Amino acid sequence: MSKILVFCEHHNGQLKRSSQELLQFAKSNSSDVIALIFGKEAKSIAAQTAYHGATTALTVSDEAYVSYNPELYTQAIQEAYAKTQATVLLASASATGKDLFPKAAARLNAGIVSDATSLEINGASVVAKKPLFAGKCFANHAFSNASLQIVLMRPNQLPVAAPDTSKTITIEELSVTKIDLKVLLKEIVKGTSEKLDLTEANIVVSGGRGLKEAANFKYLDELAQVLGATVGASRAVVDAGWVPHSMQVGQTGKTVAPTLYIAVGISGAIQHLAGMTGSKVIVAINTDANAPIFQKSTYGIVGDFADILPKLTEEFKRALHK
Amino acid sequence: MKIFVCVKQVPDSETKIKFLADGSGVDTQGVKWVLNPYDEIAVEEAVKFKEKNPTAQVFVLTLGPKQRASEVLRTALAMGADEGIVINTSQDGDSYTTAKTLAKTIQSEGGADLILTGKLAIDDNGNAVGPMLAEFLKIPHVSVVSKIEYQANALKVERDVDGGAKEIFEIALPCLITTNKGLNTPRYASLPGIMKAKKKVLKEYDQAQLGIEPSDFKVKAGAFTFPADKAPVKMISGDATAQTSELVKLLRDEAKVL
Repeated sequence: MSKILVFCEHHNGQLKRSSQELLQFAKSNSSDVIALIFGKEAKSIAAQTAYHGATTALTVSDEAYVSYNPELYTQAIQEAYAKTQATVLLASASATGKDLFPKAAARLNAGIVSDATSLEINGASVVAKKPLFAGKCFANHAFSNASLQIVLMRPNQLPVAAPDTSKTITIEELSVTKIDLKVLLKEIVKGTSEKLDLTEANIVVSGGRGLKEAANFKYLDELAQVLGATVGASRAVVDAGWVPHSMQVGQTGKTVAPTLYIAVGISGAIQHLAGMTGSKVIVAINTDANAPIFQKSTYGIVGDFADILPKLTEEFKRALHK
Repeated sequence: MKIFVCVKQVPDSETKIKFLADGSGVDTQGVKWVLNPYDEIAVEEAVKFKEKNPTAQVFVLTLGPKQRASEVLRTALAMGADEGIVINTSQDGDSYTTAKTLAKTIQSEGGADLILTGKLAIDDNGNAVGPMLAEFLKIPHVSVVSKIEYQANALKVERDVDGGAKEIFEIALPCLITTNKGLNTPRYASLPGIMKAKKKVLKEYDQAQLGIEPSDFKVKAGAFTFPADKAPVKMISGDATAQTSELVKLLRDEAKVL
């Protein structure tokens, strides 16, 4: 039986959905699931991790752990590993996960697979499936010579059950050795949007050249508002300076896998498709019936965004009783 | 300032992927290899620094079969790097062995003041070699950087994080930075650059001689598969009113995503 350590991320006092997914997966594969939580709110988050499957929580509530620092966090991971002797570590392929865990893997002599889309644990061994070559194929990744197997999962890949609020948890505070730092966080500049990041969003609406000008992104903003979606963009409009690079979906932008992806005025260059074909349902709206995006879509509408989008926003409002 | 730029050869993004007959991997025959786009940004950053600080030295290194590795290094040399280092191997390594191999090579070369590499390679999307390499060399790192300000013994860098936010770090030299889009626009190699690159030094190491142990291989890819065939697209016709109302109905009742 694997002993599974789950690195839990949280935002505004809430355990992130991506972490809930990992906890639930861990619970169905092991009776020994340890939630690892950093930050001042760690203890209150610990209660939430119990609802999703954690059996114990290790917290680091030290003020220094409120924001990300690669050296401090790696030190804590090292000590959490030493204490628990976990054989599997699951984390989200988030900005923090992708920076922290390669460093931790090198320190702990561990193997790491980043950006996995599915996961299996058989006895002691983990197999993680991930897309390669921008989603053109998949491969299973198996570990050897690794006392610790680290997998960073893409969000929105695993199911989440309703929280079981009857569950309680034993919380243990980890007191991490103080170290000298060579990297210091000076400032965090907030993004323009307080919405979920593209990589975590359940619904994404993206715009491309077909929107004709930057100002027309307002149609997407209105639609996104009604759907609770996050707005993305194609490379062409990022390169044209209409929207910032943080909104780019595709090979040199973000890879998204929402339940619903709506592409408006995006032709579907291979570089864009690489970033979104993992979406469950894809809707394409484009004036060109031959646009390659339609080949990858579930539903297609040939039409002009200026006619379609306002009507679509109204339809969604009605359907969602807003 | 001694700058090492670590780069990777990746299949051109238009490449059609085929598997080997025995299914053990991807058939690389006939593949066009290019410099990983994020590593191109790292090369550009080093070359730009050298233009402002002529005493700086820029070494570019890569790990792979000699021929294709050398070709990709020539591209970086043509952009303005000073010297290339090929670490010859035919073995498919994982992030751990790659990072350890690069670390041992950089140590053999007397160490770096600054190491630059792309935030990820677009083939295996590993996201791991940069921070791992820094850890093996016991130097600090910041990843996914879109702005660097050079100070006397440190850098001030902007790291792109989720939701369009930025974390601003101060990091002491020597250190490693992984580069993101937005940091700069890589130049095309000029004709004189390409001519000059032909005369630049290309040093060679052999991975087998760098003391990589069999136990350093920790992750192995296998069971390659293509994505499942997708059902054909359902086109929705009619005027805009009919199209939008039909779409919302399908999303709610058929796809059940609302």
